[in-house]
Amino acid sequence: MVHSAFSPGTARAIGSCQDAHTRAYRLMLLARILDDKFASLYRMGKIHGGVFLGRGQEALSVAAGLALRKGDVFAPLIRDQAGRLAFGEPILDAVRTYLGSALGPMRGRDGNVHRGWPREGLLPMISHLGAMISVVNGALLAHRFKGLAGTVGLASLGDGGTSTGAFHEAINQAAVEKLPLVLVLANNHYAYSTPNERQFACRCLLDKAAGYGISGETVDGTDLSACLTVVGQAVNQARAGGGPQMVLATLLRLCGHGEHDDAGYVDPALKASPIGRDCLKVAEEQLLEKNWADASMLAAWRLEAVRTVEDAVAKVQREPAPDPYRQDWCALASRHLAEACEPAEGAGREIKANLSERLK
Amino acid sequence: MSLTYLDAIREAQARALAQDPRVFIYGQDVGAFGGAFKATKGLAQRFPGRVLDAPISEDAMVGLAVGAAIEGMRPIIEIQFADFSTVAFNQIVNQAATLHWRTNLPCPLTIRLPCGGTSGGGPFHSQTMESIYAHYPGLVVLTPATVEDAYSMLLEAVALDDPVIFCEHKYLYYHLKAERLPAEAMPVGKARLTRPGRDMTLVAYSAMVHEALAVAEELASEGAEIEVVDLRSVKPLDTDTVVASVARTGRLLCVGEAWPWGGVTAEVIARVASEGFGLLDAPPQRLNAKDTPAPYHPNLWAAHRPTARSIAAAARNLLRM
Repeated sequence: MVHSAFSPGTARAIGSCQDAHTRAYRLMLLARILDDKFASLYRMGKIHGGVFLGRGQEALSVAAGLALRKGDVFAPLIRDQAGRLAFGEPILDAVRTYLGSALGPMRGRDGNVHRGWPREGLLPMISHLGAMISVVNGALLAHRFKGLAGTVGLASLGDGGTSTGAFHEAINQAAVEKLPLVLVLANNHYAYSTPNERQFACRCLLDKAAGYGISGETVDGTDLSACLTVVGQAVNQARAGGGPQMVLATLLRLCGHGEHDDAGYVDPALKASPIGRDCLKVAEEQLLEKNWADASMLAAWRLEAVRTVEDAVAKVQREPAPDPYRQDWCALASRHLAEACEPAEGAGREIKANLSERLK
Repeated sequence: MSLTYLDAIREAQARALAQDPRVFIYGQDVGAFGGAFKATKGLAQRFPGRVLDAPISEDAMVGLAVGAAIEGMRPIIEIQFADFSTVAFNQIVNQAATLHWRTNLPCPLTIRLPCGGTSGGGPFHSQTMESIYAHYPGLVVLTPATVEDAYSMLLEAVALDDPVIFCEHKYLYYHLKAERLPAEAMPVGKARLTRPGRDMTLVAYSAMVHEALAVAEELASEGAEIEVVDLRSVKPLDTDTVVASVARTGRLLCVGEAWPWGGVTAEVIARVASEGFGLLDAPPQRLNAKDTPAPYHPNLWAAHRPTARSIAAAARNLLRM
């Protein structure tokens, strides 16, 4: 099984700053190269449906994935390729889901960013923003019922998602139940094309944390070191029984909403400002500055990441597509009821013929 | 001993809690207060920590149930009035109903919807929601009409590996009584032939079964033998039992308390028309609530939904065709 490859929990050893930073950078790099590959496949017409990238959000996302460990629950959103890899999602899952392989976790029934292994704690998102947070709450409540202590649930959301009713209901619910929920909010300044000033009117999205009676912290989402520290602390606090935590990261989406979108609406002043920095470059500079890596190491890592991505894509491109004629067109797990659900073709005619015969 | 429909729902939940540690109840006022209708009265005391009050957040209530089900629990969600389930609509139809199809992981949870009209309920405390949920793949929709079914079908709902919309009728809560809880039960997915007859098939479900039975009794005195079929579950729908009945009677009247556009009565008629057209001696008929919101005043309310009187008129009309 693919999910036996899961190995979340690599972040415990933030003991070594160098190791943590290096590991995080390499995951960010892998996520960026994988995203770029998806963009390229999209332009070649090889992907059904949309492609949604995490460009500019890798530092925050990887920090979220690395802060979690086995037994935790992660509800990533559309810009979380780095966090997914950090949590332990096999790279093949992403490729198979984008390319619609029958061997992927969603078997061609769902695509792109809608993937996961719910039993392994990786929740497959639905498109409705804010809707995954209460699902994380439910998993955490179940852990409480089962006596599993010390687990954490982390949900990703953007600035736009904070305007939904589901967000409000779920954060309040987590606060009432004092659940170990960490909400990682990426304010990337645009919900599709809608800027912050048309999205919310509070001074800062973190103000909302106080309203729900939960803890909150801000972080520069372009700074990997800061993200590792702040998200790590929030997860630790939730794990230690500190109740729900909100982390608000400020950053800029360095791509369109999806690859169909040229993002022409993004304010050039924002792009030129510090929040417009590319977090991958910043992380790379930090590595070089601290002498944790040199140019040849960076080049070797990049080459390795490219090979990993190319190998995965080459493998999946040879895999079978789902076969509609061998598909189990049954939405229920209760098979005995599912068969009764759908009137069997021809059965009606048979009944009618039999009965008409009998009634003659 | 005499048990009401409401008692049966409470006892089924008590038994589910007692026999399965994975079961918990979550809903507004369900804890120490025992629920707006007292369907969970005493359960929080008997099962400490497993009957939890929820904030007024139907979306998050059902989302939480999905997360708990993923982790192997068997949540029962009480929505205070079926009408408020629209707030949870997204979590029900997009999260709970799609999970198994998408991931192959079952999503066992039960959503109890106190539904249907009571006089004075008005537009937002009277709705029946079975048709809209039955439309979505991945959901089981149950509409028990008897005390025995309320008990056994709720227990089966909790045991099923799918999200179940359990439509319990508020009018039946106190009006319906039985001597004892059933020892065995018909399975979900099977309709019941409640009263045999040879002149007409009257298909009903939930509270309308009792109106249908009253009509059958009344028309018996006029010499007409009406066969009453109680659907019990609207999804899955037991087409075979309905078609077999129509084969005996040649006439079909289907009654539902929900609105007429689309819905359960339309589905029953569509299936009989396509699978048993030659069995019909007259055009299949249906009777639903009027196509307006449910009214407040008792005079208007009684005229809004089908009643024994309006069903009897429709039945006489059909018998003359």
